[in-house]
Amino acid sequence: MKEATQLEDMLARGYQHGFITEIDADTVPPGLDEDVVRLISRKKREPAFLTAWRLKALRHWLTMREPHWPHAHYPPIDYQAISYYSAPKRNAEGPKSLAEVDPKLLATYEKLGVPLHERARLAGVAVDAVFDSVSVATTFKQRLQEAGVIFCPFSEAVTTHPELIERYLGSVVPYSDNFFAALNSAVFSDGSFVYVPQGVRCPMELSTYFRINAAKTGQFERTLIIAAEGATVSYLEGCSAPQRDENQLHAAVVELIALDEAYIKYSTVQNWYPGDEHGRGGIYNFVTKRGECRGRNAHISWTQVETGSAITWKYPSCVLRGDGSVGEFYSVATVNNRQQADTGTKMIHIGRDTRSTIISKGISAGHGQNTYRGLVKMLPSAHGARNFTQCDSLLMGGQCGAHTFPYVEVKNPTATVEHEASTSKISEDELFYCLARGISSEDAVNLIVSGFCKSVFKELPMEFAVEAQKLLAVSLEGAVG
Amino acid sequence: MLKIHNLHATVDGKEILKGLDLEVPTGEVHAVMGPNGSGKSTLAYVLAGRPGYLVTAGTITYEGRDLLALSPEDRARAGVFLGFQYPVEIPGVNNVYLLKAAVNAVRKQRGEPEVDAFEFLSLVREKMRLMRMDESMLARGVNEGFSGGEKKRNEILQMLVLEPHLAVLDETDSGLDIDALKIVAQGVNTLRAPERSLVLVTHYQRLLEHIVPDRVHVLVNGRIVRSGDRSLAVQLEQRGYDWLISEAA
Ligand SMILES: Nc1ncnc2c1ncn2[C@@H]1O[C@H](COP(=O)(O)OP(=O)(O)OP(=O)(O)O)[C@@H](O)[C@H]1O
Ligand SMILES: [Mg+2]
Repeated sequence: MKEATQLEDMLARGYQHGFITEIDADTVPPGLDEDVVRLISRKKREPAFLTAWRLKALRHWLTMREPHWPHAHYPPIDYQAISYYSAPKRNAEGPKSLAEVDPKLLATYEKLGVPLHERARLAGVAVDAVFDSVSVATTFKQRLQEAGVIFCPFSEAVTTHPELIERYLGSVVPYSDNFFAALNSAVFSDGSFVYVPQGVRCPMELSTYFRINAAKTGQFERTLIIAAEGATVSYLEGCSAPQRDENQLHAAVVELIALDEAYIKYSTVQNWYPGDEHGRGGIYNFVTKRGECRGRNAHISWTQVETGSAITWKYPSCVLRGDGSVGEFYSVATVNNRQQADTGTKMIHIGRDTRSTIISKGISAGHGQNTYRGLVKMLPSAHGARNFTQCDSLLMGGQCGAHTFPYVEVKNPTATVEHEASTSKISEDELFYCLARGISSEDAVNLIVSGFCKSVFKELPMEFAVEAQKLLAVSLEGAVG
Repeated sequence: MLKIHNLHATVDGKEILKGLDLEVPTGEVHAVMGPNGSGKSTLAYVLAGRPGYLVTAGTITYEGRDLLALSPEDRARAGVFLGFQYPVEIPGVNNVYLLKAAVNAVRKQRGEPEVDAFEFLSLVREKMRLMRMDESMLARGVNEGFSGGEKKRNEILQMLVLEPHLAVLDETDSGLDIDALKIVAQGVNTLRAPERSLVLVTHYQRLLEHIVPDRVHVLVNGRIVRSGDRSLAVQLEQRGYDWLISEAA
C-alpha cells in the first residue's frame, strides 16, 4: 500500500553509465555464417585448430534452438541482425602501451571509473579492459610477468600460448554445452586469459572491465582462467554498457580450472544498462560461467553482484571433481523497473568429501522479476559430500516478484543437502526506526538492503565491496520513498 | 520546549488520542503514566511522526516550531529522540554503523562535515562504558539477537551519543533488571540539563526514584486526566488507576 505508492513516486535518477563514445570502428556487417566465422578468425590471426573449433561450434549451433525455459520473457532475437565483430579502428593491431590507446577510449574508462592508469584510484589492480571486442590495454603486465603469471587478452594468448589454449579451451564448457555457449564458441572475439603457475600466489587482484559501446553489436567474450597446483588467484570483472533503445546481446563464456590445492576467486560486479522504466532497451545477459575443481582440495568461489541488464540468465557453476574440493556461490541480484533476472548456480559433486555453499540474495523492486534457480547434484561417487544452500528474497513494493527453484539430485546416501529459504519485505518498522534516528528514507533503504546482502558483500574484495554497495544504491534508487 | 494542545490522533481509523494537552518546559523532566492501551506509545509515535498515526486535530509546538509540519527524519535532526518501547532489529546492519549514519544525518542538516571516524568511535566507547555495554555489541546487527534489556540500553546509548533536545523514552525501564535500571537511570541523568527536556513513559514509580521528575501526568483514554508532582506517582502505585478512570468518566 504505502510502500507501493512511495515506490512509484521515486523512480528517479537514471542509469549513470549511459554515454556513447564516438570512435571509428571496424565492424563486420550483421549476419552469421561460416564466412563470418572465418573472417573473425583470420582478423585475429588464429591458428588452424581454433578456426576449426569455431566452425564446429557454428555448425552445432545451427542445429540448436534458443532455450526458453528461464523464468523470463523477451521477444525473439534475430541473430542475423547482429554484428559479430566490432573493433575500434585505431587499435586494429592491438595496443603496445597505454600511450597508443585512443584518448577518447581512456576518457570513457575514466567516466566509468575504471582504473586504467597505473597511478589510478584503485592502484594495485591490474585491468584488462575489453571495449566491444578487442582488449584495449593491459596494465601491470610487468609485475605479473615477474611472478610468472600470464594475464593478457585472450586473442594475445592464442598466439603466445596456443598450447594452453588448445589444452584448456572448451574443457569445462564444451561448445555443445548450450545455445549461447555454442554461439560464443563460434564468434567470440576477445576476453581475458589467466594462467597462474604451480605454487604461485598471484601478487595482485586481476580485473577486467567490459563495455559494450557500438550499436547493434553483440559482445561475446571468452575468459579462461587456469590455476595450476597450489596456485591462488582472485579475479574481478566489472561490466557496463551505454544507454540505447534497442536491446543488445551479451553472451559470454567463462571457464575456470583449478588443479590440486588451487584456489580461484571470481567476483563479478555487473552493471549492464538495464533498460528504461518501461522495459525499453537494455542488455540481454546470457552467460555461461563454470569452474571445474579438477584436482584434490581445489577451491572455486564465485561472487556476483548483479544490478544491471534487462534480462540476466546466468548460473556460475562448479564441477567438484577432485576429492575434498570446495565450491562456493555468493550472489546478490537486484531487479527494478522491468528487469528480469534468472540466476543461480549448479554444484555438481563428483569427488569424495566435496563441499559446496550457496548464498543467494535476491532483491526485487518496481515490476522486476527475480528468480533463483539452482541445482545441487550429488553423484554416486560423492561420498560424504555436503551442500548448504540459503536463498533469501527481499521484496520492495507489491508489483515485483521473487521465485525460487531449487533442484536437488542426490545419488549417494552419505551426501547431505541443506536448504534454507526466506522471503521478506522491507518492514515499515525497520524504515521508521531509521527515520526516527534522522536517517533519510533513501539511506535507510540502502542501509537495510546492504544489511540483507552482508553475507555476500563480505566475500567481495574490499575496494569492490564499497563499489558494489554504491551500485546497489543507484540501481534501487526510487524503490522506496 | 514542547506544547501539545487539544491533540486528536487516529490509528487505522480508530481515535486513540482524544484532546490531549501537555506542556513540557525546557529543562524539565516529565513522567507520563497510565493504564495499558491508554495511548502513551501512540503519543510517542505521533511526536516522532510515525506514518499511519494521523493527527486529526490539535497542535504540537516544539521549540516554537510546528512539529507536525516536519518529516520524521527532520524531527530527529531537529533534536527529537524517541526511545522505542520495542526497539527494532535490523539484521546485518552494524549497530555502530546505524549510529554513525544518525550522527552524520544531523551534522549534514547543520552543514557540518561528517564525524571523524576515530573521534566518533572513542565517544561511543565512552558512552558504552557508562551503560556497561560490551563492545562486541557495536559490531552486531542493530538489536539483532539482543536481549530485551540490552535493546533498552542500546536505545539509551543512541540517545547519549545523539544528545537530543527532547527525548521521549517509552517504557525504557520495562524489562530491565535492578542493576540495569540504575545504569539506565544514571545514563539518562547525565543528559539532564537546563536546555534539555525529557518525557518518561513508565508504569513504575521505581524509575522515578532514580530519575526524579518535575511533573507527573496521567494519561487515561487518550487524555491527560491529572497532573501533579512526584507524589502523584507514589499515590498511583498505591491506589492504581481505577479512581482516576471513574473520576474521568
Ligand atoms: N493499528 C491499530 N489499530 C487499532 N487500534 C490500535 C492500533 N494500534 C494501536 N491501537 C490501540 O491504541 C490503543 C493505545 O495503544 P498504545 O500502544 O498507545 O497504548 P499504551 O498506552 O502505550 O499501552 P502500554 O502501556 O500497554 O504500552 C490500544 O488500545 C491499542 O490497541
Ligand atoms: Mg506503550
